[in-house]
Amino acid sequence: MSKEIIKINELKRSFTMGTETVHALKGISFTINKGEFVTIMGSSGSGKSTLLNILGCLDQPSSGSYEIDGVSIKDLSKNQLANIRNEKIGFIFQSYNLLPRTTAIENVELPLLYNRKVNSTERKSRAIKALKMVGLGDRLHHTPSQLSGGQQQRVAIARSLVNDPVMILADEATGNLDTRTSYEIMSLFQELNRKGITITFVTHEPDIASFSNRTIVLKDGNIIKDYFNTNILSAEKELAALPIEDH
Amino acid sequence: MRILNLLKVAFKAIVLNKMRSLLTMLGIIIGVASVIAMLAIGEGSKASIRESISNMGSNIITIRPGAEVRGGVRGSASDMQTLTFEDYEAIRDEATLLSHITPMVNGGGQVINGSNNWPSTIYGVNPEYLEIKVVDLQNGSMFTNAEVQAAAKVALIGQTVVENVFPDGTNPVGQMIRFNNIPFKVIGVLEEKGENTFGQDQDDVVIAPYTTVQKRILAIDYLNQVMASAVSEEDAPEAVTQVIDIMRTQHKLRDDEEDNFSVRSMEELISTFSSTTEMLTILLVAVASISLLIGGIGIMNIMYVSVKERTKEIGLRMAIGGRGADILMQFLIEAILISITGGLLGVVLGLGATVFIEKFLHWPTSVALYSIVISFAVCAITGIFFGWYPARKAAALDPITALRYE
Repeated sequence: MSKEIIKINELKRSFTMGTETVHALKGISFTINKGEFVTIMGSSGSGKSTLLNILGCLDQPSSGSYEIDGVSIKDLSKNQLANIRNEKIGFIFQSYNLLPRTTAIENVELPLLYNRKVNSTERKSRAIKALKMVGLGDRLHHTPSQLSGGQQQRVAIARSLVNDPVMILADEATGNLDTRTSYEIMSLFQELNRKGITITFVTHEPDIASFSNRTIVLKDGNIIKDYFNTNILSAEKELAALPIEDH
Repeated sequence: MRILNLLKVAFKAIVLNKMRSLLTMLGIIIGVASVIAMLAIGEGSKASIRESISNMGSNIITIRPGAEVRGGVRGSASDMQTLTFEDYEAIRDEATLLSHITPMVNGGGQVINGSNNWPSTIYGVNPEYLEIKVVDLQNGSMFTNAEVQAAAKVALIGQTVVENVFPDGTNPVGQMIRFNNIPFKVIGVLEEKGENTFGQDQDDVVIAPYTTVQKRILAIDYLNQVMASAVSEEDAPEAVTQVIDIMRTQHKLRDDEEDNFSVRSMEELISTFSSTTEMLTILLVAVASISLLIGGIGIMNIMYVSVKERTKEIGLRMAIGGRGADILMQFLIEAILISITGGLLGVVLGLGATVFIEKFLHWPTSVALYSIVISFAVCAITGIFFGWYPARKAAALDPITALRYE
């Protein structure tokens, strides 16, 4: 059996809003193994964002357990959580969240800046390697404003890879992109996944799920579906099938 | 994060917002520059006041006969006959810290030239008097030691006397005047000195050999005082002690006996003036410090805005592993860097302003190293103090909220 990256058991998260208590997650359990490409789906209010925050170690569960790469995040201090985020998770956001007026290399280097074990030479070489991996080897010194949306998201993906995380956590990573570009990005994710990188992709777009090998569907704080895709689409092929656009 | 990286990040943030950073620094720049310039003006005027007192003879030491107690009655100092020519000689020969010394006798009387007359004071001294009082001659020459020996009836007169007894403008040098009916040949006119610090007209004087005044006018053989100058202002207090020792030996005073003379220097006067200018300097610096404070508030303001503006960046940095302390340090170092850079520019501007004031306004200035050190230190402290609150605020942000912040 392959290694368990994420292990969630009876996880609950509730918020107090004024006098009311909102149960965002009502006791969910699942496990993600190394090398999986999981899509977490759900409409707004399904508890998907709450789950994302917990998976990303930005938030702690009210009850239940969460282990990432064998580490239980329960009772970890803020600084310990920051270290987990730094070493085990690669974040990708809908709006890329790149630092403006900062080159691609520097943006990608950012997570390593918070890792004391990495010196500046290694930082640079790893950033370049990550950028080459996402196909931006010729855009190292471009700033976000000089890059297209798709390229910016590639920089963000490179940034998520640079720390060698156990899992990439993508939050609506294609939400700001047109169909063609989002297929390009999905094809990149599939390629990375083939190289053995575990990916958890949070989205509300069903067609994105068809590129992953497993889908977890949330509704009202519960998992209503958790299935493996039998027919995984290749984003590369889908891309080729798209009508050619004039540029 | 390592300090070097933090510095790089902070430096980058400042460079990326050049204009804003510069405007933020402006308060600090002006604050530091004005502190330095104000201190330079303060120090300068202190030095210039000191110098003008020195011109009056700041190292002057006067020895007067003191009140002697006879049968329980304390006599008046001016009646004292206890200061002798031998005392003068002893001091002259034994004191090592004195550069010039003169015996002195003085008396009031009427200066007469034909139909003009004027009440004045005659001072009997030796030729060293001019050096001690730092007086120049406007005309003529000082009498010689030979003329002192001979008790020659020669005199030098001050401007006030000239104006009153030679109202028609004739050159007094070579003319004869009478002082209390004793004829004197005027051999020199003193340069105008104006009033001294006590409001006394220093030009209302007649100077003559002390021997002449002693014998022909006052008919005394003792001295009214001995006036000397210490080799330097700093040596004055030490010289005073020396003179006191010599005088006590000279007067054969036992240890339990009080001095029957008094020795004074101008030092006390100088410290009074110094404290006045010091007060003024403190006032100027206080005003300048307020602008430094306002500069600091400017930094806080901008850093506060900067934290708000970069909320999303803060969220990202936290998401990818930045700890609260990292974020705190990032903004704190940025604030410190701004204030220190502002401080450096302020020092340069302050020095420039000082040169300008000296060159074009002709005010005396003197840049003290301590003023640069202090204002620079204040600058760094300002950065920490006013950078702390916004940085703290940034570090306390919740990463989830910060990431979603639009």
